[in-house]
Amino acid sequence: MKRGKGLTFVGDSRIQKYDKPKLNRDYSEFPGRTEEFYPDFLLKEWVTGAVFLIGFLCLTVAHPAPLERVADATDTGYIPLPDWYFLFLYQILKYTYASGPFNVIGAIVIPGIAFTALLLAPWLDNKKDRHWKRRPIASGLMLATVAIIFYTTWESVAYHDWEQQDAQGQIVFSNLDAEDPVFNELIRTNCTSCHGGELAGGSGPNLIEPEYDAATVEAFVRNGVGDVMPAFEDQLTDDEIVAISEFVADLEEVSDDEAQNTPDSGE
Amino acid sequence: MFNRIYDWIDDRMDITPIWRDVADHEVPEHVNPAYHFSAFVYCFGGLTFFIVLIQILSGMFLTMYYVPDIVNAWNSVYYLQHDVAAGLIVRGMHHWGASLVVVMMFLHTLRVFFTGAYKAPRELNWVVGVLLFATILGLAFTGYLLPWDMKALFATKVGLDIAGSVPFIGDWIQTLLAGDDTIIGAQTLTRFFAIHVFFLPAALFVLMAIHFIMIRRQGIAGPL
Repeated sequence: MKRGKGLTFVGDSRIQKYDKPKLNRDYSEFPGRTEEFYPDFLLKEWVTGAVFLIGFLCLTVAHPAPLERVADATDTGYIPLPDWYFLFLYQILKYTYASGPFNVIGAIVIPGIAFTALLLAPWLDNKKDRHWKRRPIASGLMLATVAIIFYTTWESVAYHDWEQQDAQGQIVFSNLDAEDPVFNELIRTNCTSCHGGELAGGSGPNLIEPEYDAATVEAFVRNGVGDVMPAFEDQLTDDEIVAISEFVADLEEVSDDEAQNTPDSGE
Repeated sequence: MFNRIYDWIDDRMDITPIWRDVADHEVPEHVNPAYHFSAFVYCFGGLTFFIVLIQILSGMFLTMYYVPDIVNAWNSVYYLQHDVAAGLIVRGMHHWGASLVVVMMFLHTLRVFFTGAYKAPRELNWVVGVLLFATILGLAFTGYLLPWDMKALFATKVGLDIAGSVPFIGDWIQTLLAGDDTIIGAQTLTRFFAIHVFFLPAALFVLMAIHFIMIRRQGIAGPL
């Protein structure tokens, strides 16, 4: 057998192919100080990658990935928010001429045009010139698009109530029994839209934490609180109000293992 | 010793051209940050690839614990986050990596755009790159539902509503993705899991292979 690198067979292993085509382009069209990728440049990339990885690991330790409470589709008070890189699209959908009857414009037409233009960029901008200053239309459109993405993302972040966002998704382990008929028939229809799907707070306060007795809770339910909470005196029967008050007064935070509001972890 | 093993294999398989194609090439001056610091903008593509590798590896480890059904999904993530050794770090890498890969890909796209590197003869590689962009965004969107927590459910609801508002075929897309035209439930979770773990990664690998083969074929665009 032939010692050394570069042996190829051509179908019949008795015949060797000697005239190999050139494997790599040389970079003679790039005059200047070229460097071999392997091993010098690869080593530099490796070191850069290692430094990046250390920084990245520090980030994951300093800021653990968030996890909100278990999904509950019946919780209508929850204000949804996409992950941050879709915020610009979410913000565009709030503008008058991109929402409601014009929803198709915001949801389909604008992103569709942007994506198609990006896909076809080599044919839309088909002159020889590569320098960005010598193709002002392409560069201008791209800069404008980037500016719009940055601005709408900023606008979405700036006008969002982040405290409520954090509160509404918090994991609170409580003795709330979601199977209880009082909870299912009365509290779900009257309370959860403001106080959160598990009564741990939404636009209204948390009902798990405070240590009120049933009479105090009953006073709140009957009379409401100023402009922020309606009075339920005329909307519910006395029995219902008492049942709700007792249920809410009983609520307390418990440890992970004793929680009744989340399904068992099965440990 | 190593050389003799290499020669033995090379005599039979001719593996030299394989690694030569991958590793044996010159790095031109204008993309080398050692000579021109501003050339760091040429690193974004490589960093995107590096983070994609992190995503693949951390994702493989996450599936060792994750259970894609609506009863256990949240619990498995909670358990992973609180009780599994290094689970916090692995999930953290996957979570933050998802954000970083979008950032790096965005920067890489801008670099290629503003250096005009997509012009002839590299148009097709740009098209493949834009498809990769869409694939990554699809992975980001489908991965968001999997922890099955509140924000996952409601963000997906918004996303599916947008998909449903496509004229003519909206309902069809929504049913294809969610398994039902109104309910977001057990079907949706398993479908998103399948899309996130099998369908889109398959597309990602094929597109990345084409992307890299084309770079090696065509070389890096010259200096401006």
